[in-house]
Amino acid sequence: MLAIVDYGVGNLFSLTCSLKAAGAEVVVTGDEGVLARADRIILPGVGAFGDAAEALRASGLDRAVLREAARGKPLLGICLGMQLLFDYSMEYGRNQGLGLIPGSVQPMRPVVPAQYKVPHIGWNALHFPKDKPVSPLFRHIREGDCVYFVHSFYGADCEANTIATAEYGPELTAAVARDNIYGVQFHPEKSGQVGLNILSAFCKI
Amino acid sequence: MITKRIIPCLDVKDGRVVKGVNFQGLADVNSPVELAKFYSSCGADELVFYDITASAEGRSLFTGILREAASSVFIPLTVGGGINTVDDFDRVLKCGADKVSVNSGAIRDPSLIHQAAKRYGDQCVVLSVDAKRVEGQFRVFAKGGREDTGLDAIAWIKSGVKNGAGEIVLNSIDTDGVKGGFDLEMLSAVCEAVDVPVIASGGAGCVEDFVTLFETLPKVDAGLAASIFHFGEVKIPELKRALAEQGIPVRM
Repeated sequence: MLAIVDYGVGNLFSLTCSLKAAGAEVVVTGDEGVLARADRIILPGVGAFGDAAEALRASGLDRAVLREAARGKPLLGICLGMQLLFDYSMEYGRNQGLGLIPGSVQPMRPVVPAQYKVPHIGWNALHFPKDKPVSPLFRHIREGDCVYFVHSFYGADCEANTIATAEYGPELTAAVARDNIYGVQFHPEKSGQVGLNILSAFCKI
Repeated sequence: MITKRIIPCLDVKDGRVVKGVNFQGLADVNSPVELAKFYSSCGADELVFYDITASAEGRSLFTGILREAASSVFIPLTVGGGINTVDDFDRVLKCGADKVSVNSGAIRDPSLIHQAAKRYGDQCVVLSVDAKRVEGQFRVFAKGGREDTGLDAIAWIKSGVKNGAGEIVLNSIDTDGVKGGFDLEMLSAVCEAVDVPVIASGGAGCVEDFVTLFETLPKVDAGLAASIFHFGEVKIPELKRALAEQGIPVRM
């Protein structure tokens, strides 16, 4: 059983539907006991980093997620959920993340050329780092496949754990992984068949 | 590289797609869900559902359809039509919409853009503008293009973006339905005025019109159309191949 962490931010309808379409048995939960029983966990998130981090802490689910991650359970953060995996974010001041992936979340504007619009909205191609084997998360897709992005901040100083990038001026972090911890900046639940293939791969990790 | 988006728009009334739809092989050509699945499988990058229903019964039929579409089509969905309050945002976002487009509702109450952007984020709020040339000015029209608001379109769009609109759909009434190509002059003026994504609407009649759009105005992010897709005059796979051949980045 796959558990989507419900800590009161964002709408989990599309994510739940897409996971079902990818063949997963899904439960949306804010209950620590259910997270403990799940085989794998998805940490979603929309909105501002500080609000989401605070909601996660206030619900006590940050500790539950950290505990399950430490037990080796596969964890996938999506969009802001990926950003929450980092040490901290600089969105509206400095806010602490979960510290599961070394690195930080930084504004995109200073690093992308002026003619690139921020937020980065739309379908962009995934590039896999040449010096690493392809992540099991991407075993059902190909280099160059497009996925749907919506974000203004990006994962920085995380090259060692980067498993995919997308060109937007520079190559921006599109996905990270460290042991059983995975994060994707894009929205697999809105990325058509490619996205479903990524979710289905996560369900088999 | 970010790709240019191709967006079919479905007008829905009382739970059915209006304007004739002419497709071989679709069991129910007026079913928004069937059409959404069809377009998604053809490579549409996003879909717009435009609710032109007036009645409460129609509204609830619409949200039911939206839920059904969102549970079977996994590309971004934008909903427009009848969005007048933050509660309207809430109603459609809960049913699986990713973005909500405001038009007349924002003209009546300009604070709607800011309220919605604050609650759901800029990326969620699309400002849709129907504009037409009047006395040497691009003028905003309301009520489906029937009423001249007196507002200058460029100033209106700038203030919308300042208040939190994350994307602009510019529909030129001057070129809409003419099938002579997008309104490049009006689109250019909007692209120069704001730095959020701009979606071109109104005027596409053939594949070449999209090629011209993206070649002439590299700042335009997406092309939106309705009947030319519904009637198969422009087929999305062919359109995308033609764009790719011209070196315009598209998702294949």
